[in-house]
Amino acid sequence: MITIIKMIPSVLMIVSPILITAVGGMMSEKSGVVNIALEGLMGIGACAAASAHVLMEATGMGGVSVWLSLAIGAAFGLAFASIHAVASINLNADQTISGTGINLLADGVTIFVAQILFNADRTREFKMGMQTDKLGIYPTAYIAIIVVLLAWFVLYKLPFGMHLRACGEHPHAADSVGINVKRIRWIAVLSSGLLAGLAGGCIVLTQTIQYTSNTINGRGFIALAAVSFGRWRPIGVTFAAFLFGTAQAFAIIANNFPALRVLPTEVFNILPYVITLVALVVFSGKNYAPRANGRPYIKGAS
Amino acid sequence: MKKLRSKGFAIQRALEKDSTISILVVLLGFLVGTILVALVGKNPANMYKALLQSVSGYNLDNGKMNVRYIGETLNYAVPFILCGLSMAFAARTGLFNIGGEGQYIMGLTVAQVVALLGPPIGTFHWVLAIVASMAIGAIWGGIVGILKAKYEVSEVVSTIMLNYVALYLSRIICLQLPGATTYKTANFPETALLSNSFFQKLTNNSLLNNGFFLMLIAVVLYWFIMEKTNLGFGLRATGFNREAARCSGIPVVKSIAVSMAIAGVFAGLAGGIVALGSFKYGRILSGMDNYGFNGIAVALVGNSRALGTMLAGLLFGILKNAQALMQGKQIPKEITFIIQGLIVVFIALRSAISIYLAWLNKRQLQKEVLAK
Repeated sequence: MITIIKMIPSVLMIVSPILITAVGGMMSEKSGVVNIALEGLMGIGACAAASAHVLMEATGMGGVSVWLSLAIGAAFGLAFASIHAVASINLNADQTISGTGINLLADGVTIFVAQILFNADRTREFKMGMQTDKLGIYPTAYIAIIVVLLAWFVLYKLPFGMHLRACGEHPHAADSVGINVKRIRWIAVLSSGLLAGLAGGCIVLTQTIQYTSNTINGRGFIALAAVSFGRWRPIGVTFAAFLFGTAQAFAIIANNFPALRVLPTEVFNILPYVITLVALVVFSGKNYAPRANGRPYIKGAS
Repeated sequence: MKKLRSKGFAIQRALEKDSTISILVVLLGFLVGTILVALVGKNPANMYKALLQSVSGYNLDNGKMNVRYIGETLNYAVPFILCGLSMAFAARTGLFNIGGEGQYIMGLTVAQVVALLGPPIGTFHWVLAIVASMAIGAIWGGIVGILKAKYEVSEVVSTIMLNYVALYLSRIICLQLPGATTYKTANFPETALLSNSFFQKLTNNSLLNNGFFLMLIAVVLYWFIMEKTNLGFGLRATGFNREAARCSGIPVVKSIAVSMAIAGVFAGLAGGIVALGSFKYGRILSGMDNYGFNGIAVALVGNSRALGTMLAGLLFGILKNAQALMQGKQIPKEITFIIQGLIVVFIALRSAISIYLAWLNKRQLQKEVLAK
């Protein structure tokens, strides 16, 4: 029991970035744009945050640097998400293609930047990352909670949220009552980029000391899975992120439990993906997804 | 004035062709990549020197020629082309196969298992391993097809999930193989290798191997199935308009499952060839090899045609082989990833061209109407 309580901070550390990204992905899909670039955007955010933190730490900025780096990571995530927004909203491009493009691009850009700035295939190590509070919990957990609550409030309590959901269900109907579909989708996609970048920064500043090509390692895709497993609702997504994050945490700490040592740790890595697949099959036919999800909105076309 | 308009018309016609757009997109990718290299204070000429050496084996700096580079480029191109065909085959049926990576990993894993545990009998050994890798690819792709056809699970989501299932499953399996350490297994027996002594002699000991022939066969088969058989016709019809195909009596559900399974065969074959052709031991993967993901780009550039995909795969092979050469010339090798990513992003943006063409048409019509 005590070991389980001791685990809570590290589980929260792993869950938070997944949850933050998943909420962003949910916003985007609720508005009708699938964003499979989450993985790449997290990488961009993580690389930007790590680089910024190393460079600012060297100037002796101290604690402020961590928060500033997080903001920089989020800003870069937002900037790269705008590529996806232009392609999928303004140019009616295939959203899967543009997402794949950003993922491939992110692989290159991040390490390219590291090569230019630090002459290595990874960013230089920083000395001190984010600090935990008295309970041993990183501030990222609180950020994640705030993000979820904020997203729920915006989506379900504000007129803007209703407009956003309308764009994902029936953009033509939304347009006919004067909602600017393109503007709302832009905001949704940009916020998913912002949150993915922020989450990338959270990963780098809490779980490691530098950015490498292995830092994100599929977490963006786990977040994507959490969106569909959580049935596109804040509470569901939160639950899914917790489930998947805990599985990830077990992959790292299963060695502490003698009973679990017989299983290869990879079993825990696989869990989120298998659970999502099974859930998609079990819940098939009950369309939980926003109806216009993934379809470009072309004015006038029925 | 008239001449000017006919020139504009020629450009317009050219822009309507897919191949022109592919070339344009690749050139744009290289252009932006070159600008980027120059912006960070490196000499872009070095990048092109590396590319030239990767294509022709000719080293501009010391004037020496080494055919080994050509062999390596061709060898790198093989998995790109096969994964490209995998994506392309699904795309022609109207499906988006992001799962090439998973199918590739499963093919690689099974080939390694057969290589280490199978009967070490002459040619039979590697043929068995390759056939097994194709079979598992078919299963891995087929699962997606069945999920899509029967349960309406989006193939985009299910393939992404299966990619990671494949990665970790591969680790679990390969860690049990004989002589497994954290990153490699025991060496394969000679009988499992695809190496071809004729190619080795011809290309100064490059890794080019029998997989090259398998790739050529695959390209021809792809073209034949797609363009010349009833099966291919049904698949293409399903891709153009699913409802119309259903109404014409084409078994759409079966088409989708078959298409994904065949797509999986190509990617699984790529995995088998890389495992037995480019390595002499089994690898325990710690991350993706990215051939499957880049296959998406290859198929998009090649417009899902057999020849186009082959040419695009060659281009990616050239880029991959040039990486080490670039790094040696102080150009970060990641520029090749950036160029590949940019190419896909530009392909996504190509719908801008059709929007532009529609606008041109509209303006011309307006002019004609006003002239009357």
